Amino acid sequence: MTSTEEQAAGLTPHPSLERPAIRRTTLLRQSLAITRRNLIHIKRMPEMLMDVTIQPVMFVMLFAFVFGGSISVSSPQGYREWLLGGIMCQTIAFASFIVAVGLTGDIDKGIVDRMRSLPIHPAAVLVGRSISSLVHSSIGIVVMSLTGLVVGWRIRGSVIDAVLAYALLLLWGFAMIWLGILVGSTMRSVEAVNGAMFTTIFPLTFLSNAFAPTEGMGTILRTIAEWNPISALVQAVRELWGNTAAAPPDAALPLQHPVLATLIWTLGLTAVLAPLSLRAFRNRTQD
Amino acid sequence: MGQDLAIEAEQLVKHFGETVAVDGVSFVVPKGSVLGLLGPNGAGKTTTVRMMTTLTRPTSGTARVAGHDVVAEPDAVRRSMGLTGQSATVDELLTGRENLRLIGSLYGLDSRTTKRIGDGLLERFSLTEASNRVVKTYSGGMRRRLDLAVSLVATPPVLFLDEPTTGLDPRSRVELWDVLRELVADGTTLLLTTQYLEEADQLADNIVVIDRGRVIAEGTPIQLKDASGQAALVVTVSRAADLTPAIERMREAGFDLHVDEAARRITSPAEGLADVTRIAGLFEGSGIDLDDLGLQRPSLDDVFLHLTGHRADESESVA
Repeated sequence: MTSTEEQAAGLTPHPSLERPAIRRTTLLRQSLAITRRNLIHIKRMPEMLMDVTIQPVMFVMLFAFVFGGSISVSSPQGYREWLLGGIMCQTIAFASFIVAVGLTGDIDKGIVDRMRSLPIHPAAVLVGRSISSLVHSSIGIVVMSLTGLVVGWRIRGSVIDAVLAYALLLLWGFAMIWLGILVGSTMRSVEAVNGAMFTTIFPLTFLSNAFAPTEGMGTILRTIAEWNPISALVQAVRELWGNTAAAPPDAALPLQHPVLATLIWTLGLTAVLAPLSLRAFRNRTQD
Repeated sequence: MGQDLAIEAEQLVKHFGETVAVDGVSFVVPKGSVLGLLGPNGAGKTTTVRMMTTLTRPTSGTARVAGHDVVAEPDAVRRSMGLTGQSATVDELLTGRENLRLIGSLYGLDSRTTKRIGDGLLERFSLTEASNRVVKTYSGGMRRRLDLAVSLVATPPVLFLDEPTTGLDPRSRVELWDVLRELVADGTTLLLTTQYLEEADQLADNIVVIDRGRVIAEGTPIQLKDASGQAALVVTVSRAADLTPAIERMREAGFDLHVDEAARRITSPAEGLADVTRIAGLFEGSGIDLDDLGLQRPSLDDVFLHLTGHRADESESVA
């Protein structure tokens, strides 16, 4: 249709379209744009934060005041202080959950396709999702720290050790992101992700030293629990915050050297999960 | 390859495991024109569009958008085209404006440019009032319009629309058609897939009909209609008393007639426009007044039935 025909047809005439220059931007800038979008989601639906706020606070209350009386720990400051490190680690393990739910939702709704049709780095969606999940988890860590302070938890180690403990938590969160990408790329719906994550991450975090000492468990269970990567992390943050004595001499090797073990676990998990998850994401989105 | 081609597909094939979704599809779209990719559900339209927009790698064959190969230069392709997918892929928890801003910043536009262009698009798509509302509150038609607006942030010269009006009420559909016509008037090349024959008829300069992954016909809407089934000449006389003399005159001239007395309408199989001229000559100076005289071409529905042996909406059961 020519413009004269168009005007004759009664359509509003308008100046010809502006064609702006598309600029090449960095992966970081693109990822941050996507991060911002994900964080707006949290602003619009604050209940998304329940998993890192109300839920862990509820766990603190439940374990500290209901079950806590019947769990005896070697920690000089008692169960509540000992418990907090465990719940922090469980909260950060759920970073995988947050990534998986968000990613599956975006794939499902075609948002990922929309992004992939733009001239941006293919990894921007994943990096943006990862950053926003770490922010999400960090909010949880702050909430948990404050809750801890209220129920009597204190950092009794040095400042450097305390910072190292928080850094280990974030590093763990980073490793969990890959798990989240793997699950999020494999599952077909948000409901499936919920099911898969609840039936794996929950038992995995309970089958550890997070809520109860491993010494009281049967031999087989104790071995599994002590080799559970989460146990090393839990032991590491507890020791660094000065919330527990060193692991007993009969505990498994990772618990004897928890900081080193956590570093090895996170690097190992990342080395295995990163290529798997990237491949799963590619396979899921490219066909 | 021609400088004046915006889209070229050459023997595109896509297999998903055992399934052959697209089986050697070729077509070209000249710059500034509209191609309608017409076919029933599951014909391979979406897969073809996904290959052309770099979302899916072709199993074999090549495609170029604005002269760039979709496999070798995906980034250049993404810079020259916009895509509006089958389901509205706008972010429900963001406002209309935030959706535009997100895509603008991903294109690397500075925020002032994005705002200026975004405001223009919101105005053009009658979304200005709703622009600060969360998309969740939008109607289906509004979402579709926003989806299209988002695809236009960088004003791509080539636009792919996958079933743009699916799920829209008739009014919203016609409104969207008007917007698409404006875009084409501005020089945008359009490829749209549709199951609605009427839509292809309304918008497309050329139509490619695909069924089960193959091109089964192509041409202008008129060519396609001419190729399948005869046109009909329709004569409506003004007064009932004129009906009998009109019938006599037409019979004498050798027309094969069908008469609907109540509607004062006479129909006859026709070859083309020449027959319309003959009829007009026949009634000139005869004292018989005509309300209407015209050529009725078969609808694209008829075309589809003729080409595939099944109606556009029953492919699933046949396959």
